[in-house]
Order: sequence, then structure tokens, then C-alpha cells
Amino acid sequence: MNLRALKDTLAERTMLLLCMSVLSLAFLMGAGLLWRSWPVLQTGALGDLLFSTQWQPAQGHFGLGAFLAGTLWVTGIAMVLAVPLSIFTAIYLQEYAPRQVRTLARPVVDVLAGISPVVYGVWGVLAIVPMVRDHVMPFFQDHLAFFPFKSENYTGYSALSGGVVLAVMVSPLIIAVTQEVIRTVPAEIREASLALGATRWETVKHTVLRKARMGIVAAVILGLSRAFGETIAVLMVSGCAMHVFPKSVFDAAYPLPALIANTYGEMMSIPLYDAAVLLAAFLLFAVTTAFNMVGWSILIRLERSER
Amino acid sequence: MMGRRQLEEVFFKGLMMAATAVVMGALVLILVTICWKGLPALSWSMVSQTPKGGSTLGIEGGILNAILGSLLLGLCATGLALLLSLPLVFYLNIYLRKRSRFALLVRFLLDVLWGIPSIVYGAFAFTLMVIWRIPASFLAGTLTIALLVVPIMARSMDEVLRMIPFELKEASYTLGSTRLETAMKVVFRQALPGILAAVLTAFGRGIGDAAAVLFTAGFTDSLPYSILKPVATLPLAIFFQLGTPFPEVQARGYASALVLTILLLLISAGSRLLTGRFTKHVIR
Repeated sequence: MNLRALKDTLAERTMLLLCMSVLSLAFLMGAGLLWRSWPVLQTGALGDLLFSTQWQPAQGHFGLGAFLAGTLWVTGIAMVLAVPLSIFTAIYLQEYAPRQVRTLARPVVDVLAGISPVVYGVWGVLAIVPMVRDHVMPFFQDHLAFFPFKSENYTGYSALSGGVVLAVMVSPLIIAVTQEVIRTVPAEIREASLALGATRWETVKHTVLRKARMGIVAAVILGLSRAFGETIAVLMVSGCAMHVFPKSVFDAAYPLPALIANTYGEMMSIPLYDAAVLLAAFLLFAVTTAFNMVGWSILIRLERSER
Repeated sequence: MMGRRQLEEVFFKGLMMAATAVVMGALVLILVTICWKGLPALSWSMVSQTPKGGSTLGIEGGILNAILGSLLLGLCATGLALLLSLPLVFYLNIYLRKRSRFALLVRFLLDVLWGIPSIVYGAFAFTLMVIWRIPASFLAGTLTIALLVVPIMARSMDEVLRMIPFELKEASYTLGSTRLETAMKVVFRQALPGILAAVLTAFGRGIGDAAAVLFTAGFTDSLPYSILKPVATLPLAIFFQLGTPFPEVQARGYASALVLTILLLLISAGSRLLTGRFTKHVIR
């Protein structure tokens, strides 16, 4: 074998090795987190850990219930806001918008996706929190004070603020994936529909969306998983200092990622504390990984069926 | 007189335009808010000095420690990530066949890794640091950020390499070059602007992230001076400044946020410029 062929083979082996080591990271991370959270899993039933709302590390109570509820409130609000907004935007940009608008929109969406989470947090503190405190919250307490809106928390640092900020943070992802999916719908289908006399919206509703349905579901799942794990911005605006079980969109919420960020690194003296926090990290890992796997599987299948 | 169908068309078109306006407006709103609050507190000493002011730290001086720390950390992490992802994507696109199942699996896992929240990376890295007794340091922060941006960088580069026409590789093989030579001398050159754009994207993500460096890089008021000592980062500086009860320090936090935003906008603009250059030279 000559030197050039030898170099080629050597490079191939090295690259394969590198490939494997990067990929094993996913498994290492899952296994490592599970291993380190094992001690707390052995102390009690999993149901207790997940659904109990008693979080008193000094007494050995590690119920993640309140934090799970906080995560669900914040992500739920974010998705309710972001999904229609993003899907309508993606359809508009892909089906209706003139060329200039589309070329203008691309960098805007990119920049939105690239802004630091901390900056989103600052924006939330400066713009969203005061708005919720001074306008939205009083309005709902005066006129619509029933279940999901009734609250005693007048600070503005609430699940709603966190949800609004998160919604803006995840929409670039949902918009980009939805646009990509709509782009793969063949133009002939649209032409056929338009030729039969359908209006543009009818074409979108009956043919484009039907064809792109699974892809849009994937986009929403990916957005959901992104919202689930977002930490710093939510930590800054959801009022995590107050540790309560949220019963209203205006209550303070303390989501799982914020719990990790706030407590990890300071709890070395209390037994099982780090294991409990790492259980939270493992939950985040497991949920986001599962969501991502489902989302990307759908997208890969779509891409393959296109060929 | 409009029919029901035309009415529906107009209604939904209006709805979609409104949605688009809200999304575009959000960016404008963010930039305006950050500038509005950040500009008054921004000054030259802010970006040219380290924090001073005794007990209420950060009330005087600036955030040079965080700016330098973030840039250095981002630079090292991006360099490291580049060393990992460049061979990886070349392997996927040159050595493996187009319909390879292994390549599909690698791309899938990279996408999944991309979706794992940065706080999980941070927590995982911190458990390793506890086991190996590594203190929060520049080194630990760099390694964590490098792992965090590898999927981002690798997937963006992968998209670029996939756009390289197969004929280009064929021509190179026909002339008798090996796959390695084709990768280094032909494909790399053709894809260079795109690769740089991917690197810049990853760099922006790396310096903008706070959750991953929260436990791993620590924080300090001095300039970065050793890879085994904690280092200040811009996102954490902002986070801590906003967390203080002093309005003056909070105002400085807004200014720091403005600095970070400008930095990220510059990086994003550079990345777009390079992508534009890349697509201009693609042989169709």
C-alpha cells in the first residue's frame, strides 16, 4: 500500500472513532444522570418523587410535583401562544408573502433564534413583567376572576410572563421547520387545487396543510421540547423565588430547569439533595430526548418519502 | 358583494399577516427595549474596566472581565468543537455512501443532541467535575460549551457539504485523488464560506448561553488569567447584575445586555454574509 492510500485509511479510522465518541455522548449523558440520581430513586416510590409537592431537602422530602406543575404551566402557555402564531406566520411567508417580505423575514427569524436567552430574560423583566403587572393582571382580576385567572400574586413575575417570553423564543424554531415542511409540498398539488376553482386559503387548508400535517406536528413537538428545557429566561421572569404550587396563569411558577439552575452547586452538605436535583436533570434529558426522537423521526420519514 | 369563500380568504390572510407582524414586531420590540434601557447606562468605562465598588460590587467600573472571558471561552470552545465536527461531517459526506444507514443514525443523534437543553449539559458536566475533583474553571466551561455546540456546528456544516455537487467529487476522483485528498483540497475549499458561517453560528450560540456555564465556568471579577481558574462570562454577568437589589447595578445589567446583543448581531450578520457568498459560488 502506498503512502497516500495509507493516509486515506488512517484518516477514515480516526474519523470513525471520533464519530463514535461524539455519539456515545448522548448515551453517556443519560446513563450518567440516571446513575447519579439513583440514590434518591431508591428512597421512595417514583410516584411520590414526581407528584408530591413537598420539597424540603433538609427533612429529606424531595417531591418534584410543584416544579413539574410549574414547567407544565409555563410550557403550556408558551405553546398556546406560539403554535398558532408560528404556523400562520410560516404559511404566510411560504404561500402568500411577496418575495421582498420573504427575504426580509428570513434574517429576522434567524436573529430571533440567535438572541441569547439572557437577553430574552432581560426583555421579559423590562417589558413583559410590567405589562402583566400593570395591565393584564388587574384587568383579569376585575372582570374574569375565575379558575385559570384568579390569583393573589400581584408582582407580574408569573407563569404568564414566562410563557410569553418562551413563546417568542420557540417560535423561530417552529416557523423554520414548518416552512421547510410546506416547501416540500409539490407545486402541482396547489395548481390542481387552484385550477378547480379553490381560493388560496382553501388550497392551503385542504391540500397543503393536509400534506404537511405530520411535519407540522413534528415542528410543534420540537418547539415543545425546546420550551421544556429553557432555563435562564424563564428563571428571570416566572418568579421562581416564591415556592408555591401554581393554580393560575398569574401565579409564580418554578419550572424544573430553574430548580436545577438555582440549587445545583450549593447543596453538597445535605444528603440526597444532589441526587434529587440530578433526577430533575434526568427527567429533562429523558423528556426532551424522547420528544426530539419523535419529531426528527417524523421529519426523516417525510424527507425520505419525498424522494 | 363578497361571497362567504372570499370573506374566509380575506379573514385568514389578515390573520396570517397579523401573525407575521407580531413575530417581526417582537424582534423590533426586543431590540428597542434593550437599546432604550441599555444605552443610558452604557459608557466607555463600562466596556474597558473590571468591576469595582467594594461591597456593592459592580456599581463602578465595567464588565471587561465578562466580555473578554466570554470571547476567549467562546473562541476556545468553538475551536475545540471545530476539531471534533469537521472530521465528523467529512466522514458523513465523503467516506460514507449517500444512502448509508449509519450516516442517517449519526444525523439523527446529532439532531437529538441539539435538542437537549443546555442546563442538562451543565449539570452533567458538573457531576463529572465533582467526580474528578475539577473546580469550576475556564477549562471546564470551555469543554462544556464545546460539547454543547458540536451538534449545532456539525449539523450546519453537514447541510453545507450536502449541497456540494457530486460531480465535483467525481472529477477529483477521476484525476486519481484519494478521498482524503478530495476532502481536503476540493470539497473543503468549495465549502469554506459555508463552514465559516456554521462556525460563527456555533460561536454565537456558545457565548450567548448561560445555563451551561453557570456551574462549570464559575464567575470572577478579575480578567481571565488561568485556564484552571474561574472565568466571568457575559450572560452570567447580566444575570447576576439583574439579580442584585440595587437599581444602579440593574441599569448596568441592561447595558451589558445591550453589549451582548450587539455582539451577537455582529456575529449573525457575519454569518449571513458568508452564507450569501457561499451560495453565490455553488455550481448548479
